[in-house]
Amino acid sequence: MGIAWRRARLLERRSQTATARTLVLTAPDWPGHLPGQHVDVRLTADDGYQAVRSYSLAAPADGDRIELGVQAVDGGEVSPYLTDGLPVGAEVEVRGPLGNWFVWRAEQTEPALLVAGGSGVVPLTAMVRAHRAARSRGPLHLLYSVRSPEDVWYRDHLADGDPLLDVRIMYTRQAPPGSVRPPGRITTADLDEATARLKPASPVYVCGPTGFVEAVDNLLIDRGRDPVTIRTERFG
Amino acid sequence: MADATTQLDGNCLAGPLSEILSVEPTTAWWRCPECARSGPLAELHVYGPEPGLTARCPGCAHIALRLVREGEHIWLTMGGGTGAFRFATSP
Amino acid sequence: MTSFSPGFQGRGRRLTDRLPPGQYPTESFPVLSAGPTPRVPTETWSFTVTTELGATHSWTWDEMMALPQQETTHDIHCVTRWSKFDTQWRGVPLDAFLEDVETAADYAVVSSYGGYTTNLPLEDLLDGKAWIVHTYDGYPLSPEHGGPARLLVPHLYFWKSAKWVRGLTLTHEDEPGFWESAGYHNYGDPWREQRNWGD
Repeated sequence: MGIAWRRARLLERRSQTATARTLVLTAPDWPGHLPGQHVDVRLTADDGYQAVRSYSLAAPADGDRIELGVQAVDGGEVSPYLTDGLPVGAEVEVRGPLGNWFVWRAEQTEPALLVAGGSGVVPLTAMVRAHRAARSRGPLHLLYSVRSPEDVWYRDHLADGDPLLDVRIMYTRQAPPGSVRPPGRITTADLDEATARLKPASPVYVCGPTGFVEAVDNLLIDRGRDPVTIRTERFG
Repeated sequence: MADATTQLDGNCLAGPLSEILSVEPTTAWWRCPECARSGPLAELHVYGPEPGLTARCPGCAHIALRLVREGEHIWLTMGGGTGAFRFATSP
Repeated sequence: MTSFSPGFQGRGRRLTDRLPPGQYPTESFPVLSAGPTPRVPTETWSFTVTTELGATHSWTWDEMMALPQQETTHDIHCVTRWSKFDTQWRGVPLDAFLEDVETAADYAVVSSYGGYTTNLPLEDLLDGKAWIVHTYDGYPLSPEHGGPARLLVPHLYFWKSAKWVRGLTLTHEDEPGFWESAGYHNYGDPWREQRNWGD
Protein backbone atom coordinates (compact mmCIF):
# COMPACT_ATOMS: atom_id res chain seq x y z
CA MET A 1 0.00 0.00 0.00
CA GLY A 2 0.95 3.62 -0.28
CA ILE A 3 4.25 4.83 -1.59
CA ALA A 4 6.84 2.08 -1.59
CA TRP A 5 10.24 2.30 0.04
CA ARG A 6 12.95 2.00 -2.57
CA ARG A 7 16.68 1.72 -2.29
CA ALA A 8 18.73 4.74 -3.26
CA ARG A 9 22.51 4.72 -3.68
CA LEU A 10 24.69 7.65 -2.64
CA LEU A 11 26.55 8.85 -5.75
CA GLU A 12 28.09 12.01 -4.42
CA ARG A 13 28.15 14.26 -1.37
CA ARG A 14 28.84 17.98 -1.72
CA SER A 15 29.51 20.37 1.14
CA GLN A 16 27.31 23.46 1.13
CA THR A 17 28.46 24.89 4.46
CA ALA A 18 30.51 23.53 7.36
CA THR A 19 27.54 21.44 8.50
CA ALA A 20 25.30 21.18 5.43
CA ARG A 21 25.61 18.72 2.57
CA THR A 22 23.92 17.98 -0.70
CA LEU A 23 23.49 14.25 -1.17
CA VAL A 24 23.15 13.09 -4.77
CA LEU A 25 21.47 9.69 -4.88
CA THR A 26 20.29 7.42 -7.60
CA ALA A 27 16.88 5.87 -7.02
CA PRO A 28 16.04 3.26 -9.69
CA ASP A 29 12.68 3.81 -11.42
CA TRP A 30 12.22 7.16 -9.70
CA PRO A 31 8.82 8.46 -10.91
CA GLY A 32 9.88 12.12 -11.00
CA HIS A 33 8.74 14.89 -8.68
CA LEU A 34 7.66 18.50 -8.43
CA PRO A 35 9.86 21.30 -7.06
CA GLY A 36 9.12 21.69 -3.35
CA GLN A 37 8.39 18.03 -2.69
CA HIS A 38 10.26 15.94 -0.15
CA VAL A 39 11.18 12.32 0.54
CA ASP A 40 11.25 10.27 3.70
CA VAL A 41 14.61 8.62 4.33
CA ARG A 42 14.68 5.40 6.36
CA LEU A 43 17.80 4.10 8.08
CA THR A 44 18.04 0.61 9.54
CA ALA A 45 20.55 -0.45 12.19
CA ASP A 46 21.95 -4.00 12.42
CA ASP A 47 19.54 -4.84 15.23
CA GLY A 48 16.55 -3.86 13.10
CA TYR A 49 15.99 -0.46 14.71
CA GLN A 50 14.69 2.03 12.16
CA ALA A 51 14.59 5.80 12.03
CA VAL A 52 12.70 7.87 9.46
CA ARG A 53 13.16 11.58 8.70
CA SER A 54 11.92 13.85 5.92
CA TYR A 55 14.29 15.78 3.63
CA SER A 56 13.46 18.21 0.88
CA LEU A 57 14.52 17.62 -2.70
CA ALA A 58 16.97 20.33 -3.81
CA ALA A 59 16.76 19.80 -7.58
CA PRO A 60 14.00 19.37 -10.14
CA ALA A 61 13.26 15.94 -11.58
CA ASP A 62 16.25 14.44 -13.42
CA GLY A 63 15.70 10.79 -14.29
CA ASP A 64 16.76 8.54 -11.42
CA ARG A 65 18.95 11.20 -9.78
CA ILE A 66 17.65 12.95 -6.69
CA GLU A 67 19.38 15.59 -4.58
CA LEU A 68 18.68 16.05 -0.90
CA GLY A 69 19.78 18.98 1.23
CA VAL A 70 20.72 17.89 4.75
CA GLN A 71 21.75 20.10 7.66
CA ALA A 72 23.52 18.22 10.46
CA VAL A 73 21.66 18.82 13.70
CA ASP A 74 23.79 18.69 16.83
CA GLY A 75 22.93 15.48 18.65
CA GLY A 76 20.61 14.44 15.84
CA GLU A 77 20.08 10.76 15.26
CA VAL A 78 19.80 10.75 11.48
CA SER A 79 21.22 13.97 10.00
CA PRO A 80 24.87 13.58 11.17
CA TYR A 81 24.90 10.06 9.73
CA LEU A 82 23.66 11.38 6.38
CA THR A 83 26.01 14.39 6.29
CA ASP A 84 29.15 12.55 7.36
CA GLY A 85 28.60 8.84 8.02
CA LEU A 86 26.90 7.21 5.03
CA PRO A 87 29.61 5.95 2.67
CA VAL A 88 29.49 6.97 -0.99
CA GLY A 89 28.21 3.92 -2.89
CA ALA A 90 26.09 2.72 0.04
CA GLU A 91 22.31 2.63 0.06
CA VAL A 92 19.52 4.04 2.16
CA GLU A 93 15.80 3.62 1.67
CA VAL A 94 13.71 6.50 0.39
CA ARG A 95 9.98 6.99 -0.07
CA GLY A 96 8.54 9.64 -2.30
CA PRO A 97 7.93 12.02 -3.84
CA LEU A 98 5.79 13.39 -1.00
CA GLY A 99 3.57 16.42 -0.55
CA ASN A 100 1.47 18.24 -3.15
CA TRP A 101 0.86 21.43 -1.18
CA PHE A 102 4.26 23.10 -0.97
CA VAL A 103 5.02 22.79 -4.69
CA TRP A 104 5.72 25.14 -7.58
CA ARG A 105 4.68 23.98 -11.02
CA ALA A 106 6.38 25.04 -14.23
CA GLU A 107 3.02 26.04 -15.73
CA GLN A 108 2.71 28.77 -13.09
CA THR A 109 3.67 31.81 -15.14
CA GLU A 110 2.63 34.53 -12.67
CA PRO A 111 5.33 36.19 -10.56
CA ALA A 112 6.13 34.35 -7.34
CA LEU A 113 8.02 35.17 -4.16
CA LEU A 114 10.15 32.64 -2.32
CA VAL A 115 11.29 33.42 1.23
CA ALA A 116 13.95 31.16 2.76
CA GLY A 117 15.40 31.04 6.25
CA GLY A 118 18.62 29.02 6.60
CA SER A 119 18.19 25.43 5.39
CA GLY A 120 14.67 26.34 4.27
CA VAL A 121 16.34 27.30 1.01
CA VAL A 122 16.48 23.63 -0.04
CA PRO A 123 12.99 23.13 -1.56
CA LEU A 124 13.02 26.74 -2.84
CA THR A 125 16.26 25.99 -4.72
CA ALA A 126 14.46 23.16 -6.51
CA MET A 127 11.85 25.74 -7.56
CA VAL A 128 14.53 28.20 -8.74
CA ARG A 129 16.26 25.50 -10.78
CA ALA A 130 12.98 24.29 -12.29
CA HIS A 131 12.01 27.88 -13.11
CA ARG A 132 15.26 28.38 -15.01
CA ALA A 133 14.49 25.35 -17.19
CA ALA A 134 10.85 26.31 -17.82
CA ARG A 135 9.90 27.51 -21.28
CA SER A 136 7.48 30.31 -20.42
CA ARG A 137 8.25 32.04 -17.18
CA GLY A 138 7.18 34.85 -14.94
CA PRO A 139 9.63 36.64 -12.66
CA LEU A 140 10.74 34.82 -9.52
CA HIS A 141 12.02 36.60 -6.42
CA LEU A 142 13.99 34.86 -3.72
CA LEU A 143 14.61 36.46 -0.32
CA TYR A 144 17.14 34.34 1.53
CA SER A 145 17.91 35.01 5.18
CA VAL A 146 21.13 33.53 6.60
CA ARG A 147 23.41 34.28 9.54
CA SER A 148 26.62 35.02 7.66
CA PRO A 149 28.23 34.56 4.22
CA GLU A 150 29.59 31.12 5.28
CA ASP A 151 26.03 29.90 5.76
CA VAL A 152 24.85 30.38 2.18
CA TRP A 153 23.82 27.18 0.38
CA TYR A 154 23.71 26.72 -3.41
CA ARG A 155 25.61 29.89 -4.34
CA ASP A 156 26.16 28.57 -7.87
CA HIS A 157 22.45 27.96 -8.43
CA LEU A 158 21.27 31.28 -7.04
CA ALA A 159 23.54 33.80 -8.77
CA ASP A 160 23.84 33.42 -12.51
CA GLY A 161 22.51 36.63 -14.01
CA ASP A 162 19.12 35.19 -15.01
CA PRO A 163 17.02 38.32 -15.77
CA LEU A 164 13.83 36.64 -14.51
CA LEU A 165 15.35 35.62 -11.18
CA ASP A 166 15.94 38.20 -8.50
CA VAL A 167 17.86 36.88 -5.49
CA ARG A 168 18.45 38.93 -2.35
CA ILE A 169 20.51 37.41 0.43
CA MET A 170 19.94 39.03 3.80
CA TYR A 171 22.44 38.45 6.59
CA THR A 172 21.19 38.38 10.16
CA ARG A 173 24.52 38.50 12.05
CA GLN A 174 27.37 39.34 9.73
CA ALA A 175 27.14 40.80 6.25
CA PRO A 176 29.94 40.69 3.68
CA PRO A 177 32.06 43.86 3.34
CA GLY A 178 30.35 46.55 1.28
CA SER A 179 26.81 45.39 2.05
CA VAL A 180 24.28 48.21 2.01
CA ARG A 181 21.77 46.41 4.21
CA PRO A 182 22.88 46.24 7.85
CA PRO A 183 22.81 42.75 9.42
CA GLY A 184 19.49 41.90 10.98
CA ARG A 185 16.39 39.82 10.76
CA ILE A 186 13.99 40.10 7.86
CA THR A 187 11.84 43.23 8.08
CA THR A 188 8.68 44.65 6.58
CA ALA A 189 10.88 46.83 4.35
CA ASP A 190 12.65 43.74 2.96
CA LEU A 191 9.31 42.13 2.15
CA ASP A 192 7.66 45.30 0.80
CA GLU A 193 10.27 45.66 -1.89
CA ALA A 194 9.65 42.09 -3.01
CA THR A 195 5.86 42.02 -2.72
CA ALA A 196 5.58 45.30 -4.65
CA ARG A 197 6.34 43.29 -7.78
CA LEU A 198 3.66 40.70 -7.09
CA LYS A 199 0.01 40.65 -8.06
CA PRO A 200 -2.55 40.25 -5.28
CA ALA A 201 -3.02 36.57 -6.12
CA SER A 202 0.66 35.76 -6.70
CA PRO A 203 1.91 32.87 -4.60
CA VAL A 204 4.42 33.27 -1.78
CA TYR A 205 6.40 30.26 -0.53
CA VAL A 206 8.00 30.53 2.91
CA CYS A 207 10.32 27.85 4.28
CA GLY A 208 12.62 27.77 7.27
CA PRO A 209 12.68 27.27 11.03
CA THR A 210 9.32 27.56 12.75
CA GLY A 211 10.06 30.95 14.31
CA PHE A 212 11.21 32.38 10.98
CA VAL A 213 8.17 31.08 9.12
CA GLU A 214 5.77 32.48 11.73
CA ALA A 215 7.50 35.88 11.68
CA VAL A 216 7.44 36.16 7.87
CA ASP A 217 3.86 34.90 7.72
CA ASN A 218 2.79 37.56 10.24
CA LEU A 219 4.68 40.34 8.45
CA LEU A 220 3.06 39.41 5.14
CA ILE A 221 -0.44 39.26 6.59
CA ASP A 222 0.10 42.56 8.46
CA ARG A 223 0.92 44.17 5.11
CA GLY A 224 -2.39 42.95 3.68
CA ARG A 225 -1.21 39.85 1.86
CA ASP A 226 -4.09 37.39 1.44
CA PRO A 227 -3.25 34.37 3.67
CA VAL A 228 -4.61 32.09 0.94
CA THR A 229 -1.65 33.03 -1.27
CA ILE A 230 0.98 32.06 1.32
CA ARG A 231 2.29 28.50 1.49
CA THR A 232 4.62 27.55 4.30
CA GLU A 233 6.89 24.72 5.29
CA ARG A 234 8.49 24.53 8.72
CA PHE A 235 11.81 22.86 9.42
CA GLY A 236 11.94 22.19 13.14
CA MET B 1 13.77 18.76 7.58
CA ALA B 2 14.05 18.32 11.29
CA ASP B 3 16.09 15.72 13.12
CA ALA B 4 14.78 16.31 16.58
CA THR B 5 11.52 16.25 18.37
CA THR B 6 10.20 19.57 17.43
CA GLN B 7 7.36 21.41 15.80
CA LEU B 8 6.91 20.69 12.14
CA ASP B 9 3.90 21.03 9.92
CA GLY B 10 1.46 18.88 8.03
CA ASN B 11 3.85 18.47 5.09
CA CYS B 12 5.71 15.80 7.08
CA LEU B 13 2.51 13.73 7.38
CA ALA B 14 2.58 12.98 3.64
CA GLY B 15 4.72 9.84 4.00
CA PRO B 16 3.13 8.24 7.06
CA LEU B 17 -0.42 8.95 5.88
CA SER B 18 0.37 7.60 2.41
CA GLU B 19 0.56 4.17 4.04
CA ILE B 20 -3.13 4.20 4.89
CA LEU B 21 -4.66 6.69 2.44
CA SER B 22 -4.89 6.31 -1.31
CA VAL B 23 -4.84 10.04 -2.03
CA GLU B 24 -2.22 12.70 -1.35
CA PRO B 25 -3.09 13.98 2.14
CA THR B 26 -1.32 17.34 2.51
CA THR B 27 -3.79 19.16 0.26
CA ALA B 28 -6.77 17.86 2.25
CA TRP B 29 -8.92 20.67 3.62
CA TRP B 30 -9.56 20.81 7.36
CA ARG B 31 -11.80 23.03 9.46
CA CYS B 32 -11.14 23.39 13.16
CA PRO B 33 -14.22 22.50 15.20
CA GLU B 34 -12.93 24.70 18.03
CA CYS B 35 -12.08 28.04 16.38
CA ALA B 36 -13.47 27.55 12.84
CA ARG B 37 -10.11 28.29 11.18
CA SER B 38 -9.70 26.32 7.98
CA GLY B 39 -6.92 25.44 5.61
CA PRO B 40 -4.96 22.54 4.10
CA LEU B 41 -3.57 19.71 6.21
CA ALA B 42 -0.08 20.90 5.21
CA GLU B 43 -0.49 24.01 7.37
CA LEU B 44 -1.32 22.17 10.59
CA HIS B 45 1.29 22.41 13.32
CA VAL B 46 2.78 18.98 13.93
CA TYR B 47 4.67 17.85 17.02
CA GLY B 48 6.83 14.75 17.00
CA PRO B 49 7.89 12.51 15.36
CA GLU B 50 8.17 10.65 18.67
CA PRO B 51 6.41 9.19 20.56
CA GLY B 52 3.86 10.02 17.88
CA LEU B 53 2.83 12.75 15.46
CA THR B 54 0.30 15.17 16.90
CA ALA B 55 -1.23 17.59 14.38
CA ARG B 56 -2.88 20.69 15.79
CA CYS B 57 -4.81 23.71 14.57
CA PRO B 58 -2.36 26.53 13.77
CA GLY B 59 -4.81 28.98 15.33
CA CYS B 60 -5.88 27.44 18.63
CA ALA B 61 -3.84 24.21 19.00
CA HIS B 62 -6.96 22.01 19.00
CA ILE B 63 -5.94 18.47 18.00
CA ALA B 64 -6.69 17.54 14.39
CA LEU B 65 -5.18 14.05 14.40
CA ARG B 66 -2.61 11.81 16.04
CA LEU B 67 -0.56 9.13 14.38
CA VAL B 68 1.49 6.47 16.15
CA ARG B 69 3.67 3.88 14.44
CA GLU B 70 3.95 0.40 15.89
CA GLY B 71 6.02 -1.90 13.68
CA GLU B 72 3.77 -2.88 10.79
CA HIS B 73 0.85 -0.95 12.18
CA ILE B 74 -0.21 2.67 12.18
CA TRP B 75 -2.58 4.00 14.81
CA LEU B 76 -4.71 6.91 13.66
CA THR B 77 -6.82 8.99 16.03
CA MET B 78 -8.90 11.74 14.48
CA GLY B 79 -9.56 14.86 16.51
CA GLY B 80 -8.90 15.17 20.19
CA GLY B 81 -11.23 12.44 21.35
CA THR B 82 -10.51 8.83 22.00
CA GLY B 83 -11.08 5.96 19.59
CA ALA B 84 -8.01 4.96 17.65
CA PHE B 85 -7.94 2.95 14.43
CA ARG B 86 -5.06 0.52 14.06
CA PHE B 87 -4.23 -0.04 10.40
CA ALA B 88 -2.00 -2.86 9.23
CA THR B 89 0.51 -1.61 6.67
CA SER B 90 2.40 -3.73 4.20
CA PRO B 91 6.12 -4.00 4.88
CA MET C 1 23.40 -7.29 8.85
CA THR C 2 21.25 -5.08 6.71
CA SER C 3 22.58 -4.15 3.32
CA PHE C 4 21.55 -0.51 3.53
CA SER C 5 22.62 2.34 5.77
CA PRO C 6 25.86 0.53 6.77
CA GLY C 7 27.26 1.71 10.05
CA PHE C 8 24.02 3.33 11.20
CA GLN C 9 23.52 2.43 14.85
CA GLY C 10 20.75 4.80 15.79
CA ARG C 11 22.42 5.58 19.08
CA GLY C 12 25.18 3.75 20.86
CA ARG C 13 23.66 0.70 22.53
CA ARG C 14 25.28 -0.93 25.56
CA LEU C 15 23.69 -3.63 27.58
CA THR C 16 23.69 -3.30 31.31
CA ASP C 17 21.40 -4.70 33.94
CA ARG C 18 20.15 -1.16 34.49
CA LEU C 19 18.84 -0.98 30.97
CA PRO C 20 15.37 -2.36 30.23
CA PRO C 21 14.97 -4.36 26.98
CA GLY C 22 15.24 -2.29 23.81
CA GLN C 23 16.60 0.81 25.56
CA TYR C 24 19.89 2.70 25.07
CA PRO C 25 21.55 5.01 27.61
CA THR C 26 21.88 8.71 26.92
CA GLU C 27 23.64 11.57 28.65
CA SER C 28 21.33 14.16 27.13
CA PHE C 29 17.77 14.85 28.19
CA PRO C 30 15.69 14.82 25.01
CA VAL C 31 12.56 16.97 24.94
CA LEU C 32 9.50 15.31 23.45
CA SER C 33 6.34 17.24 22.96
CA ALA C 34 2.85 16.72 21.64
CA GLY C 35 1.89 20.37 21.67
CA PRO C 36 2.96 23.89 22.50
CA THR C 37 4.85 24.33 25.77
CA PRO C 38 2.57 25.91 28.39
CA ARG C 39 4.06 28.74 30.45
CA VAL C 40 2.51 28.47 33.90
CA PRO C 41 3.49 31.09 36.50
CA THR C 42 3.85 29.65 39.99
CA GLU C 43 1.56 32.47 41.23
CA THR C 44 -1.39 30.89 39.41
CA TRP C 45 -0.28 27.24 39.57
CA SER C 46 -2.36 24.82 41.57
CA PHE C 47 -2.64 21.07 42.02
CA THR C 48 -6.07 19.55 42.54
CA VAL C 49 -7.08 16.03 43.52
CA THR C 50 -10.68 15.20 42.56
CA THR C 51 -12.24 12.08 44.03
CA GLU C 52 -14.64 9.70 42.31
CA LEU C 53 -17.45 11.47 44.21
CA GLY C 54 -16.40 14.91 42.99
CA ALA C 55 -14.78 16.13 46.20
CA THR C 56 -11.74 18.34 45.50
CA HIS C 57 -8.55 19.01 47.43
CA SER C 58 -6.29 21.80 46.09
CA TRP C 59 -2.82 23.12 46.81
CA THR C 60 -1.32 26.41 45.68
CA TRP C 61 2.38 26.56 44.81
CA ASP C 62 3.25 27.87 48.27
CA GLU C 63 1.14 25.20 49.97
CA MET C 64 2.84 22.51 47.89
CA MET C 65 6.26 23.90 48.77
CA ALA C 66 5.29 23.87 52.47
CA LEU C 67 4.77 20.08 52.37
CA PRO C 68 7.73 17.86 53.34
CA GLN C 69 10.17 17.82 50.40
CA GLN C 70 12.23 14.83 49.27
CA GLU C 71 15.41 14.54 47.20
CA THR C 72 15.14 11.48 45.00
CA THR C 73 17.41 9.91 42.35
CA HIS C 74 16.16 7.57 39.60
CA ASP C 75 16.84 6.02 36.24
CA ILE C 76 14.17 7.09 33.76
CA HIS C 77 13.10 5.24 30.63
CA CYS C 78 11.41 6.85 27.64
CA VAL C 79 9.30 4.72 25.31
CA THR C 80 11.29 6.26 22.42
CA ARG C 81 14.14 4.03 23.67
CA TRP C 82 16.41 6.39 25.55
CA SER C 83 17.15 5.80 29.20
CA LYS C 84 18.87 8.25 31.50
CA PHE C 85 20.57 7.08 34.67
CA ASP C 86 20.73 8.79 38.06
CA THR C 87 18.46 11.73 37.39
CA GLN C 88 18.09 13.90 40.48
CA TRP C 89 14.81 15.48 41.50
CA ARG C 90 13.27 17.35 44.38
CA GLY C 91 9.58 17.37 45.16
CA VAL C 92 6.69 16.03 47.18
CA PRO C 93 5.65 12.35 47.22
CA LEU C 94 2.08 11.81 46.05
CA ASP C 95 1.40 10.13 49.40
CA ALA C 96 1.42 13.61 50.98
CA PHE C 97 -1.39 14.79 48.68
CA LEU C 98 -3.50 11.65 49.01
CA GLU C 99 -3.07 11.15 52.75
CA ASP C 100 -6.34 12.85 53.75
CA VAL C 101 -8.32 12.03 50.62
CA GLU C 102 -11.24 9.64 51.10
CA THR C 103 -11.43 7.32 48.12
CA ALA C 104 -12.37 3.82 47.06
CA ALA C 105 -11.03 4.34 43.53
CA ASP C 106 -8.51 2.02 41.92
CA TYR C 107 -7.33 4.32 39.12
CA ALA C 108 -6.17 7.86 38.52
CA VAL C 109 -6.19 10.12 35.46
CA VAL C 110 -3.45 12.73 35.69
CA SER C 111 -4.11 15.99 33.87
CA SER C 112 -1.79 18.76 32.77
CA TYR C 113 -1.82 22.40 31.79
CA GLY C 114 -2.06 22.26 28.00
CA GLY C 115 -4.57 19.39 28.02
CA TYR C 116 -2.32 16.31 28.28
CA THR C 117 -3.63 13.35 30.28
CA THR C 118 -2.25 9.98 31.34
CA ASN C 119 -3.77 7.15 33.38
CA LEU C 120 -2.39 4.72 35.92
CA PRO C 121 -3.51 2.49 38.77
CA LEU C 122 -3.70 4.48 42.00
CA GLU C 123 -1.33 2.06 43.72
CA ASP C 124 1.42 3.11 41.28
CA LEU C 125 1.23 6.62 42.72
CA LEU C 126 1.46 5.57 46.38
CA ASP C 127 4.05 4.20 48.82
CA GLY C 128 6.91 6.39 47.63
CA LYS C 129 6.59 5.39 43.97
CA ALA C 130 5.63 8.82 42.57
CA TRP C 131 6.30 12.52 43.21
CA ILE C 132 5.26 15.98 42.12
CA VAL C 133 8.71 17.40 41.30
CA HIS C 134 9.71 21.03 40.76
CA THR C 135 13.52 20.82 40.79
CA TYR C 136 15.80 18.89 38.44
CA ASP C 137 19.55 18.60 38.99
CA GLY C 138 19.41 21.40 41.57
CA TYR C 139 17.61 23.90 39.33
CA PRO C 140 13.95 24.84 38.94
CA LEU C 141 12.37 22.57 36.35
CA SER C 142 12.30 24.34 32.97
CA PRO C 143 9.04 24.64 31.02
CA GLU C 144 10.45 22.34 28.28
CA HIS C 145 10.84 19.58 30.85
CA GLY C 146 7.44 20.18 32.39
CA GLY C 147 8.09 23.03 34.82
CA PRO C 148 7.00 24.52 37.05
CA ALA C 149 6.05 21.01 38.23
CA ARG C 150 5.65 17.57 36.70
CA LEU C 151 4.67 14.14 37.88
CA LEU C 152 7.55 11.68 38.33
CA VAL C 153 6.70 7.98 38.13
CA PRO C 154 10.11 6.50 37.33
CA HIS C 155 9.08 2.82 37.34
CA LEU C 156 6.87 3.34 34.26
CA TYR C 157 7.75 4.69 30.79
CA PHE C 158 8.34 8.39 31.05
CA TRP C 159 5.17 9.46 29.19
CA LYS C 160 3.37 8.59 32.44
CA SER C 161 5.42 11.30 34.20
CA ALA C 162 3.09 14.05 32.99
CA LYS C 163 4.68 17.45 32.41
CA TRP C 164 2.97 20.66 33.60
CA VAL C 165 0.89 18.63 36.03
CA ARG C 166 -2.23 20.34 37.38
CA GLY C 167 -4.23 17.59 39.00
CA LEU C 168 -5.46 14.05 39.17
CA THR C 169 -8.92 12.57 39.12
CA LEU C 170 -9.63 9.31 40.94
CA THR C 171 -11.80 6.86 39.02
CA HIS C 172 -13.30 3.40 39.40
CA GLU C 173 -12.62 2.56 35.77
CA ASP C 174 -9.29 2.80 33.98
CA GLU C 175 -9.68 5.63 31.43
CA PRO C 176 -6.95 5.76 28.77
CA GLY C 177 -5.08 9.08 28.54
CA PHE C 178 -3.52 11.01 25.64
CA TRP C 179 -1.04 8.40 24.37
CA GLU C 180 -2.82 5.39 25.86
CA SER C 181 -5.85 6.17 23.67
CA ALA C 182 -3.69 6.59 20.55
CA GLY C 183 -1.84 3.27 20.45
CA TYR C 184 0.46 3.19 23.46
CA HIS C 185 0.27 0.63 26.25
CA ASN C 186 -2.18 1.22 29.03
CA TYR C 187 0.32 0.48 31.82
CA GLY C 188 3.78 0.96 30.32
CA ASP C 189 6.24 -1.14 32.34
CA PRO C 190 9.65 -0.73 30.69
CA TRP C 191 10.98 -3.99 32.15
CA ARG C 192 8.19 -5.92 30.42
CA GLU C 193 8.62 -3.70 27.36
CA GLN C 194 4.97 -2.65 27.37
CA ARG C 195 5.29 -0.01 24.64
CA ASN C 196 2.18 -0.40 22.50
CA TRP C 197 -1.36 -1.47 23.18
CA GLY C 198 -0.79 -5.08 22.15
CA ASP C 199 2.48 -5.65 24.07
